[in-house]
Amino acid sequence: MSTPAPEDRAPQDRVPEDRKDSMAESAPTSADATADAKRGPSVATRERRQGSINPSGETPYLVVEDLAVKFPTADGLVSAVNGLSYSVPLGRTLAIVGESGSGKSVSSMAVMGLHDRKRTRITGSIRLGGDELVGLPENELMKIRGDAMSMVFQDPQSSLHPLYTIGNQLVEAYRVHHKVSKDVAKKRALEMLDLVGIPNPPRRFSQYPHEFSGGMRQRAMIAMSLINDPKLVIADEPTTALDVTVQAQILDLLNNLQKEFGSAIVLITHDLGVVAEMADDVLVMYAGRCVEYGTAEDVLANPRMPYTWGLLESIPTVSAASERLRPIKGLPPSLLNLPDGCSFSARCPYVERVKGELCTTQLPELLPVDGAGAHTSRCHLHAKASIYEAEVAPRLG
Amino acid sequence: MSETLLQVRDLKMHFPIKEAAGLGRTKKVVQAVDGVSFELKAGASLGLVGESGCGKSTTGRMITRLLTPTAGEIVFKGTDIAQLKERDLRPFRRQLQIVFQDPYSSLNPRQTVSNIISTPLRVHNLVPKGKELARVQELLERVGLNPEHHNRYPNEFSGGQRQRIGIARALAVEPEVIIADEPVSALDVSIQAQVMNLLEDLRKDLGIAFVFIAHDLGVVRHFCDEVAVMYLGKIVEQGSRDQIYNAPQHPYTQALLSAAPDLGTIRGVPPKERIRLVGDVPSPIDPPSGCRFRTRCWKAEGICATQEPLLEIKPQSSTGHTAACHFAEPKVDLIAETA
Repeated sequence: MSTPAPEDRAPQDRVPEDRKDSMAESAPTSADATADAKRGPSVATRERRQGSINPSGETPYLVVEDLAVKFPTADGLVSAVNGLSYSVPLGRTLAIVGESGSGKSVSSMAVMGLHDRKRTRITGSIRLGGDELVGLPENELMKIRGDAMSMVFQDPQSSLHPLYTIGNQLVEAYRVHHKVSKDVAKKRALEMLDLVGIPNPPRRFSQYPHEFSGGMRQRAMIAMSLINDPKLVIADEPTTALDVTVQAQILDLLNNLQKEFGSAIVLITHDLGVVAEMADDVLVMYAGRCVEYGTAEDVLANPRMPYTWGLLESIPTVSAASERLRPIKGLPPSLLNLPDGCSFSARCPYVERVKGELCTTQLPELLPVDGAGAHTSRCHLHAKASIYEAEVAPRLG
Repeated sequence: MSETLLQVRDLKMHFPIKEAAGLGRTKKVVQAVDGVSFELKAGASLGLVGESGCGKSTTGRMITRLLTPTAGEIVFKGTDIAQLKERDLRPFRRQLQIVFQDPYSSLNPRQTVSNIISTPLRVHNLVPKGKELARVQELLERVGLNPEHHNRYPNEFSGGQRQRIGIARALAVEPEVIIADEPVSALDVSIQAQVMNLLEDLRKDLGIAFVFIAHDLGVVRHFCDEVAVMYLGKIVEQGSRDQIYNAPQHPYTQALLSAAPDLGTIRGVPPKERIRLVGDVPSPIDPPSGCRFRTRCWKAEGICATQEPLLEIKPQSSTGHTAACHFAEPKVDLIAETA
């Protein structure tokens, strides 16, 4: 290879730029990285926040109660979300987990008020900082959306406008909610780009989305969603489109920003690894309903619902020994025609242990697993704790 | 040890691109794969891992000769197939099959399942005319689908079922090697496990060797006995599963393992430190000189920019474990310990 060392290269070259990027991002310790070449890796630590679902006891910032989202279609009524309740206090992260079609995205789109009003029936209650959002007229909602609550979408490629510069889009997002001049907004936008770790904000400000890499684009999306200091951030699969090393950067960023601003985060994901690393609380959804809800430790280390067990057993992890995976048999039910009783009963290996035909005739309530407490699950099975300890936990290794 | 089935030596794929530069046009090349070598033994499974753009899929496509390599050898059972003409290649196509990532775009929506699976049978004259349907039904049953459904179209199946159809199509010609290019990454977790188990059964029952291309380190750990880690068109580290996961030597492998979100962190003991890479992967059009990873590496020194590290066995490593780094040293405790 005949290319010179990065220090001697022309400025338009890509490599030294990445080098600069990397140096800027890992500042301040590695500011003169070339000098102390034998430095340690940049290391991130994440502490888990302990405690109950609502440690402070105050009214949580976001309270969702008995939310139902239904779409009338030519084939019938699709019940995408049924009787969903959860709450997220400021400073905590709730992860909503489920497979495709479980209603996790639909429910948070409902919180943001992004569904087409003519084609959607939303009932129940969504209270943001005490104010009811369900039934709010569009112009009222527009004042809240992007200001008090905002969303980070999965695919930054398609959720940024390709014909406007990143700076333009940031400035617009700020000026919609603040009566300020373009210069003030620009200053704010540059600040945000810097905050999310985009190197050289003044140059990046006037670039278009296609000039950004995937990770940088997602950083720009995060900058845009945080520009108005929202108290609630909904991140819908924010890292699914990204590579692992970039995913780790983005998750760290979300964590650090939350520490700084104390916002409430709803993280929607299908990746239980991400949940384990990010979430304080976890809500598992299946066929539009919450089937288990509790702190991350409750749900992932002491789960009390066969569907959660099935999910945990079917995932090959980086750290576990290689034994045969135990997939959940069959497919999720159609939302057009949900079965009577428990939606999971058709795939559940424990149905026979419940007396009578309870599982197929009666929908189990979401009840506390130990009689009281905040860890709840929706299952008729008795002695869930002993079944988990005796049968499921050993298989998880 | 069983015989070596497939041997890849110094495989390169350079895609020419045209780029406007000033008044004229310059010719540049994307060095998608630049000197990859490995061996695959009969019945074994080799995992190719790396981030997008590292050349893992391109490597898979070259082995199946969907792409013709720029340079290098692909020796399958003693014959170099890297530059063979289409006509001479045909018998080898039967031996080397591929399963694609996206079960939606890799099946022709206008053909019935029976047609999709029996086409390779006809092309290779494997089954007499009247017995095609019986063979198709046998294959459908083998991959866990209802044989009665042979007359349906792909849109009548779910994602997991379509992936099974893709696997049945690959199995139809009784291949010895299957290249599985991210076979489960488009599927939901519960379905992913079903397909993984199917692939594992096929490997055990039929003795098919796999080149398993994936970005999910958990899936690779589960499926492969041997793992090669790729970065910007080169293999940076290669070894057995335990060598790679328990004592990785290359800084990139260490960073990759450390960055993987791990469910084990909540049940077991989380790792004390996590390595975070900064920045993005450089462009393969103009890769860094010397070691390609040096722009993101925390160990990089002067020598890394001038001298390319060779993929070799390091003094401290056990047999068969190679790494391409001037400062390779094993690092343990990167992933959670199970309690």
